[in-house]
Amino acid sequence: MAIEVRIPTILRSYTGGAKVVEGTGDTLGDLLTDLDSRHGGLKGRLVTDAGALHRFVNVYVNDEDVRFLGALDAKLTDGDSVTILPAVAGGAFGFAAAAAIAQHSAAAAAIARHSAGAARVARH
Amino acid sequence: MARYESLLDACGGTPLIGLPRLSPTVPEGAPPVRLWAKLEDRNPTGSIKDRAALFMVRAAEEAGHLRPGDTILEPTSGNTGISLAMVAKLRGYRLVCVMPENVSTERVQLLRMYGAEIIFSPAAGGSNQAVATAKQIAAEHPDWVMLYQYGNEANARAHYETTGPELLHDLPTITHFVAGLGTTGTLMGTGRYLREKVEGIQIVAAEPRYGELVYGLRNIDEGYVPELYDAQVLSRRFSVGTRDAVLRTRQLVEVEGIFAGFSTGAILHAALAVAHEAVKAGRRADVAFVIADAGWKYLSTGAYGGTLADAENALEGQLWA
Repeated sequence: MAIEVRIPTILRSYTGGAKVVEGTGDTLGDLLTDLDSRHGGLKGRLVTDAGALHRFVNVYVNDEDVRFLGALDAKLTDGDSVTILPAVAGGAFGFAAAAAIAQHSAAAAAIARHSAGAARVARH
Repeated sequence: MARYESLLDACGGTPLIGLPRLSPTVPEGAPPVRLWAKLEDRNPTGSIKDRAALFMVRAAEEAGHLRPGDTILEPTSGNTGISLAMVAKLRGYRLVCVMPENVSTERVQLLRMYGAEIIFSPAAGGSNQAVATAKQIAAEHPDWVMLYQYGNEANARAHYETTGPELLHDLPTITHFVAGLGTTGTLMGTGRYLREKVEGIQIVAAEPRYGELVYGLRNIDEGYVPELYDAQVLSRRFSVGTRDAVLRTRQLVEVEGIFAGFSTGAILHAALAVAHEAVKAGRRADVAFVIADAGWKYLSTGAYGGTLADAENALEGQLWA
């Protein structure tokens, strides 16, 4: 038995359009390397040059976010289900629009500056 | 206390309810594992968002960003808009909401009833269309104020100052706090407070997993992480699909008589997961989770009846949390 991996639409160009692919590996990192051998370029979209998960990619093992399970070192076993999703806020719609306006509106930008961190992580 | 000077003063202070029928049974002699629901639907407009809306408006007033008669612009797919509409009405502001077409009709009716004006963005365009619409509106009205709930520290602070202390007061033995992850305000604020006060507390996030259509991204680089989000505050994060959320929402009303919206079903799904793990490990657990809102606004989806597959189809492409 292998590990089932769900691929989001925007990455299916790497899997010949397949929604679900299978792979093997003891860790998430191993699994992605295995997948990359058959779906060249996929790993490069998920992992940065520095060897970390891309900021805007979320990977879930059996519905749990791998960043809290060791990230690329997260342990996998046969029969696990891995889901790859783009990182979006719940109700992505509102956030996308809000982030866009924040760049436009002086008042929103001022409020964002007052807020903790203040770093703008949304990109457009 | 049951008497308040005004509706705004009645925000928060929601009851925490034990769920004896839904809590997992533990083996004889094993430590108890209990589930507790914080009824945030008991807020003035019926959702947890009242807390954030009130704090954000107050903070903007104090900072001089909002003056009487100003217009607040908020891109929102739901409860925040309803909360802001109520607060804006009582504090003397005009509210304009930008929202996608694919939200439930009840939300639209509620917003209008509270006096908000609505500008729709086409659902088909996904977030890109919302961005285009919102940018255009903001450019045309540079004087409108956006409170920007995703990056507004007053959103998280509302929960640091109210939700967190209320939970600790009502449940000093709390071991887990579970809530939905959207703007991340609830989890960041409550989570930070509880981490400071309760050693070993687990802060657990449940995020809705929508169908692909809802994401509508063209590229992985178009992802978003709210400015408020700090992964260090969380212990774990679960992605919950539509089917599980619906199943748990129905279970909650069937078993415990609590009629909640679907985002609460997703939260309950994660709460049950950690509760069952505690049973397996033989550990005591008091798992408190959030009832984000009641189910009234979602009745028109039809997802409370019929088979789970029907419900899943009914919610396909909708923002149910």
